[in-house]
Amino acid sequence: MRYLPHTPEDMAAMLQAVGRESLDDLFATVPDECRRRDTMNLPEPLTEWELDDHMAALSGESEPHTAAMVFMGAGRYEHFIPESIRYLLGRSELTTAYTPYQPEMSQGTLQAIYEYQTLTARLLGLDAANASLYDGASALAEALLMAMRVTRKKKVALSGLIHPHYLQVVQTYLEPAGLEIILLPYLENGRTDVSGLQSEDDLAAVALQSPNFWGCIEDLGGMGDLCRENGAFFVTAFTEPLAYGIFKSPGSQGAHIACGEGQSFGIPRWFGGPGLGMFACRCQYMRNMPGRLVGQTEDKQGRRGFVLTLATREQHIRREKATSNICTNSSLCALTASMYMASLGGTGIKELSRLNYDKAAYLKESLRHAGFNIPFASSCFNEFVVEFPPDFETTYNRLLKKNMVAGLPLSKWYPELKHHYLLCVTEVRTRADMDAFVKEVAS
Amino acid sequence: MNKPLAPTGLNLNEPLLWEMGKPGRSGFSMPTRDVEPFPLDDDLAGEGPDFPDLSEMGVVRHYTRLSQWNFGVDTGMYPLGSCTMKYNPKINEKVSQLRGFSGLHPMLPAPMTQGALRLMARLERFLGEITAMDAVSLQPAAGAQGELAGMLLIHAYLKDRGIKRNKIIIPDTAHGTNPASAALCGYRPVRVASGEKGILTPESVAQVMDEDTAGIMITNPNTLGLFEENIKDIARIVHEKGGQVYCDGANMNAIMGMVHMGNSGVDVLHLNLHKTFSTPHGGGGPGAGPVCVASHLAPFLPTPRIIEKDGLYHVSEDFPQSIGRLHSFLGNFGVMIKAYAYILSMGAAGLRKTSQLAVLNANYIKENLKSVLQLPYDRPCMHECVFSDKLQRDQKITTLDMAKRLMDFGFHPPTIYFPLVVDGAIMIEPTETESLEEIDRFIEAFKMVAAEAEQSPDLLRGAPKRCRVERLDETLAARRPCLMG
Repeated sequence: MRYLPHTPEDMAAMLQAVGRESLDDLFATVPDECRRRDTMNLPEPLTEWELDDHMAALSGESEPHTAAMVFMGAGRYEHFIPESIRYLLGRSELTTAYTPYQPEMSQGTLQAIYEYQTLTARLLGLDAANASLYDGASALAEALLMAMRVTRKKKVALSGLIHPHYLQVVQTYLEPAGLEIILLPYLENGRTDVSGLQSEDDLAAVALQSPNFWGCIEDLGGMGDLCRENGAFFVTAFTEPLAYGIFKSPGSQGAHIACGEGQSFGIPRWFGGPGLGMFACRCQYMRNMPGRLVGQTEDKQGRRGFVLTLATREQHIRREKATSNICTNSSLCALTASMYMASLGGTGIKELSRLNYDKAAYLKESLRHAGFNIPFASSCFNEFVVEFPPDFETTYNRLLKKNMVAGLPLSKWYPELKHHYLLCVTEVRTRADMDAFVKEVAS
Repeated sequence: MNKPLAPTGLNLNEPLLWEMGKPGRSGFSMPTRDVEPFPLDDDLAGEGPDFPDLSEMGVVRHYTRLSQWNFGVDTGMYPLGSCTMKYNPKINEKVSQLRGFSGLHPMLPAPMTQGALRLMARLERFLGEITAMDAVSLQPAAGAQGELAGMLLIHAYLKDRGIKRNKIIIPDTAHGTNPASAALCGYRPVRVASGEKGILTPESVAQVMDEDTAGIMITNPNTLGLFEENIKDIARIVHEKGGQVYCDGANMNAIMGMVHMGNSGVDVLHLNLHKTFSTPHGGGGPGAGPVCVASHLAPFLPTPRIIEKDGLYHVSEDFPQSIGRLHSFLGNFGVMIKAYAYILSMGAAGLRKTSQLAVLNANYIKENLKSVLQLPYDRPCMHECVFSDKLQRDQKITTLDMAKRLMDFGFHPPTIYFPLVVDGAIMIEPTETESLEEIDRFIEAFKMVAAEAEQSPDLLRGAPKRCRVERLDETLAARRPCLMG
């Protein structure tokens, strides 16, 4: 096998050196009742060429659909990825390294992650970002756990317009520890109804997603003011960070923590993972943050260098009192996001963000013009809800055959929203795509 | 050593991103604007972030230069203990990027995603077979999330049977993630010390196992690189008091095809695809931490799960006893592809050979270095061996000094100061993909370092000298944290 370099002579010499008769003999300390006697029932090994064919066939089953016009976002977005990024990710000094425990041999990873932290903090308008968490959902769960640690309160209020999967993950993380979750209803305009919060005074945190699950931009400033009064942590989540190219950053609106999914920044959709949990907070809470942090320091010669720092928060030192159990995170995805942010630049991100906004607005207005109801009036980014006629499921299935995916039906999570669909448009959809789509759904 | 691996090389300076660039440059091919601008609400509109503007080549050179300051498995031997830094096959990288995988939206109707779902269903079956467990969820995003899943499963199982418990037994050799994961479930860790042989004794577990204790988290092989020989007796003790046995499978690379986990009394175990199954670690992820269970825990596995109905794969949330969802979608699919490809390349015999050679390499290093480094447990090891700096302390040389000096010989240092039960631990895991010549070079380098520790200890204290930077001041970084520029 090409991954195993040992020749029979090597094995014989090494066995002799360790005083063993055979390879099996190396396992003498494994008691008989734990030994495996049968052969594992796995397929016969494939050559590289057979594997290549097999994988192409598996991928090929879905390949035609990847060229589809998918008007579906909901936490995974189709964006153009510069070839330069794909190419740079082939630098195996970066991809085949471990977590940078030995900084002198890992300055590449460390500087890149320090840059990622900086760009993330700037994007979100906060003071400190960590080196990444797994994905948007677990980032939100970690943010709420952090808020509860700092405030020592055990109740959180979450917008019902946070991605339903994120709400499920939060429940998985918080429930066993006996923490209480209140779900906030929504308003007619597609934003979260926070009016009930006035009567709540024992909240560790209030969390809003903006743009929310329906694509609507929340009133972050208003919520920031409210949290200043009631002492709760203001946590903002996101599934589409590109929105902050043109909208006010969470930090500027009073957020204590901003967290969410960074997949949009150069990471393929990959059937939902891996993604990138982005996480930033105000500097006074830095020592309560979950996850790895890269900090700047100096070497013996006074030269600039970078190291993992504030490790006393972490599981390998603090064990059960750690700020999180996370160890391996999503470092290579953070690096990818950093390359993407650097490729766009400040000028580019504004332009691309605006283009996404305008394209989604174009489809929304076209559908409205074609007679469909757009139920929520708030400003939105990339995504919006449309109400189609009661028999639309037939049309939906007809469009699938034409390789058009007419968004995501919402009634699974919001039973009151029958025939409502969440549609998404990014820079990859042309005006001609959208015109063709409107023509199809209207016919 | 007449030909050291690490000569000095050309290594270019490179500033931070925002120290470069000029407003107006771009490294991105902006799509043509084919729609009119739509009004934007002034109350919501922001300034946009302060990012530097760079050209495409500016970006490419920046990251190419940074990559040259890094050391990966492709650069050289990376014997980090408990991390299984084996070779990451290149064909796996290629196939993971096929459009039918990478371009797939996770919420598409099931008929459009059959290839991906079939791959996941087959990988679940393979991992169940390799561990000899009954059911598998691929959802956890990394080892620690797999551990959390394991704890949640035990918690849900006991709750379902009306049992409330608040403690969990964790040996002193455990990974730090174990107690942190248990704490998320509200379990208080009860520490139990390993015995004289470096493994747990049934007696020590029997002493603390009671009816307030949910079970035990046991790493096998443990972090001393030793097989927990009493696992079966320990499992019996835990089960008799109504507890469950969680096994941290981070060290699975030692025992594939050799050990039957199902018959060892294990109820739940997690795997690290980025260790045992060859997916690259990426400088700290993404990984994947599937969780494998015995049948009585299967109803509690995370949702959604993949089911087969009428010859078609579906994603189902219809498992009312489930612990719920852990990931935004179905898990780190991009990582799963590579593990699946790896298993298909190796086959049953190849995986068994993998574990045998991983154990052979570690024992070979142990035998060859024990003349110069103190070996606290002189017993046959599994895939890794643990030394200490006890013999060097007279010269006031520490594990850290030796680790830094190894860099000058072109090797990534082993894991250091872990496990905590060995003072000044040096934990070496060569993996099966290192050749005899490479391992001999590593041994020779370490012996040289040990000799220098006696003859010219300042060389070690001043190390490393051949890296991009000299020893970095970690205290300064923590005292005055500077996390962004």
